Amino acid sequence: MNAGAPPSAVETAQAFLRQTNRWRLWEIALWLLAVAFIFILPSKMLILTEIAILALFAVSLDLILGYAGIVSLGHTAFFGLGAYAAGLFARDFVSEPVSGLLFAGLVSGLFGFFTSFLVLRGSDLTRLMTTYGVAMLLAEIANQAAWLTGGADGLSGVTVTPILGMFEFDLWGRNGYIYALLVLMVLTYIARRIVHSSFGLSLKAIKRNQRRASMLGISPTRRIVVVYTISAVYAGIAGALLTQTTSFVSPDVLAFHRSADVLLVLVIGGVGYLYGGIFGAVIFSVLRDWLSVITPQYWMFWIGLILIIIVFVGRERLGRWRTYLPGTAGRLKAKAQAAEDTA
Amino acid sequence: MTAALETRNLVKRFGAFMATNDVSLSIRQGARHALIGPNGAGKTTLINLLTGALTPSSGQVLLGGEDITNLPAHARVGRGLSRTFQINQLFGDFTPLESVMLAIGEREGHGWRAWKPLSRDRDVADEAAHLLERFRLVDTMGVPTTLLPYGKQRLLEIALAIATRPRVLLLDEPAAGVPEEERHEVLSIVRDLPPDVTVVLIEHDMDLVFSFADRISVLAAGSLFAEGTVEEISKDRQVKAIYLGEDA
Amino acid sequence: MLTILFDGIAYGMLLFVLAGGLSLTLGLMNFVNLAHGAFAMAGGYVTVILMNRFGISFYWCLPAAFIVTALAGAILERTLYRHLYGVSHLDQVLFSIGLVFMSIAAVDYFMGGQQQMINLPPLLRGRFEFLGVGVGHYRLFIIVLCAVLTVALQLALTRTRFGSQLRAAVDDGRVARGLGINVSVIFALTFALGSGLAGLGGALGVDLLGLDPNFPLKFLIYFMIVVTVGGTSSITGPFIAALLLGIADVAGKYYVPQLGSFIIYAVMIVMLILRPYGLFAREGGR
Repeated sequence: MNAGAPPSAVETAQAFLRQTNRWRLWEIALWLLAVAFIFILPSKMLILTEIAILALFAVSLDLILGYAGIVSLGHTAFFGLGAYAAGLFARDFVSEPVSGLLFAGLVSGLFGFFTSFLVLRGSDLTRLMTTYGVAMLLAEIANQAAWLTGGADGLSGVTVTPILGMFEFDLWGRNGYIYALLVLMVLTYIARRIVHSSFGLSLKAIKRNQRRASMLGISPTRRIVVVYTISAVYAGIAGALLTQTTSFVSPDVLAFHRSADVLLVLVIGGVGYLYGGIFGAVIFSVLRDWLSVITPQYWMFWIGLILIIIVFVGRERLGRWRTYLPGTAGRLKAKAQAAEDTA
Repeated sequence: MTAALETRNLVKRFGAFMATNDVSLSIRQGARHALIGPNGAGKTTLINLLTGALTPSSGQVLLGGEDITNLPAHARVGRGLSRTFQINQLFGDFTPLESVMLAIGEREGHGWRAWKPLSRDRDVADEAAHLLERFRLVDTMGVPTTLLPYGKQRLLEIALAIATRPRVLLLDEPAAGVPEEERHEVLSIVRDLPPDVTVVLIEHDMDLVFSFADRISVLAAGSLFAEGTVEEISKDRQVKAIYLGEDA
Repeated sequence: MLTILFDGIAYGMLLFVLAGGLSLTLGLMNFVNLAHGAFAMAGGYVTVILMNRFGISFYWCLPAAFIVTALAGAILERTLYRHLYGVSHLDQVLFSIGLVFMSIAAVDYFMGGQQQMINLPPLLRGRFEFLGVGVGHYRLFIIVLCAVLTVALQLALTRTRFGSQLRAAVDDGRVARGLGINVSVIFALTFALGSGLAGLGGALGVDLLGLDPNFPLKFLIYFMIVVTVGGTSSITGPFIAALLLGIADVAGKYYVPQLGSFIIYAVMIVMLILRPYGLFAREGGR
């Protein structure tokens, strides 16, 4: 290899590939900040926990919306199912939270797997309706089966014993936050590896051009089933976290507004780069807190208005801040992806 | 010797409309076979039937002697069939490097690897780099596709099809829409395709057809109108007649 | 049992009037308008206000509801919807959800969150027996009125010039424009028509379906079922879908009340599994 000679094709390729997988400065900063909050903002532990849970929920939606292109109006089905599963598991079987998480993830994942065929066929509209229908179905069941779910009163009597037998949930919610944050970090890391892998690349390809993807030998059906299942697992775990940190399951976990909220959260933060859910959760929660101080009863109005404004300004224009992230590859990519997102 | 690609009495109806009318084609291995015909003759429908994008109303499609009529499109790729589209079908903001790595990775069965990052897949990356070199896409390998000039996109379109290492390659008007200055690059790539790959070419550009193909099939109104060597077809007066008004 | 059938038919026809406009706009503009229910709600509240605050007769409220919501629809189409025809379905969903949220909150603010009641004119109250079927006056009125509207709609589509231009634009907008058809005017008129019908349906529905600020979301599923199952390429598709849905819902709620709306969701999912593109879709339809 000659020093001073232009890089070979192989070397150039390597350089580009290393770039895509690199940990960005802002990523590291984000996680450090999240950990720092444990010490800097001890009085805000409860709301930070809420944000972490919402972030995980939104990241799960990103997996199917941002990476597989499936618009779902009923994603809260998995969230709610996980919440109830964790609640019942803790109340009637084992009240150790990590086992509860695994159980909830399993239940939601299975449900996701068995309902995945619904989103494989039909038009966008059909998908919207079937996902909405499934969530509403679960909500009806939860409402009617009061013997199991507590009906409209919600599921109470959920006691949670120390995490892994060692870490107790304290009154200030600090351990709750650490718990939720750790789960968020681990799951986001796993998702990050998935989207940067060959499998992740094939998903992104399916979203951008399904016809082309099949002509490269990719069977879209199977891949979508896998990512839909993973997304359901993540959403279920998010729901379980909510149950475990609040010791209660509200029937609200299956309400339509949650599906709409998480969609909004993800859209605010940006679809398709995995961190949109996290940024969106922060912005949305701050906004909601602020708005409910101003208009406690009618904040739905402002959320609606924000949605309309986002659509009119254009998600592309709003996503432009991502072009200022360090790295030219990042800039070019973000520009092209912003144009792609609105498609 | 078994034909590389063959159809037997292939028929496709859309309601009362007969888009493909009893087409029986046989293409030998290593051939450079051109498919020509006036607009609306059903060339693209035929290609869609061959690749599995459409299911035939009746008839068979055979690849290397194997009946693939009931195989879905993505499975046919695994058997060695590949195509380019008349209008570029690329992956939006993917870079050429990503697109080509995707194609090669899928061929190697890496599509299910969900843990190992792309950057660690050396073999695929190296092969992708070499392919990009061949297709003169090295300087643009990191540029999102939508920002590339059309000629380069067209080269990428063909590169993707080649990356799957097909036995049979269907090229749907490879030079279509490519501006004059960039045409020669595309055309030389087409000419330099490996001899063991069977190439079926749909084209309107008669210069390309006559210089590249060894056999020509003429399609008109969904039926196989004529077939023969370049010599025979170029002298056929009936073929000329159905082309009156078509510019080469 | 025949009474249930009769009630179901009334319910179904009302659903058709409510959702028919949505089918038109979806087929024409390929726009997923989840806010359609808001127009129906508006028609209902217009009726409530006119009747309860101004003492206007119920019969006059119906055309009033139609006109007000048609106007509202036309205005919104020209100002907002028009710019969104080309955007992705996700953006359309986001926009229409935003509109629904705003309308729900606004209605809650101005009118309060309680169920609205109106007093039907004496002629429409009561019922009589006919061949063993319990015929409610109001339901009979609805059936007759909706049937007339359906026929009028079908005639308008097939016999008038506007109708054929509309059908042409639904079939292929670009070609229609090339033929000199003013597609934007068609869009605006159709949207207005669809919203007006929804408003009329909402007015008719105050007594039958109930009315509160949550109306658009509560009945969204019904509208969407009519449209997705019935398809967008004809009037008959949504009509039949609406009838089936109405009968199924009424029968379900009567015979198995503990299942509640469960049946509706289950039926819809089954339908969409069997026919992902709707019961009456053309090959390659939307």
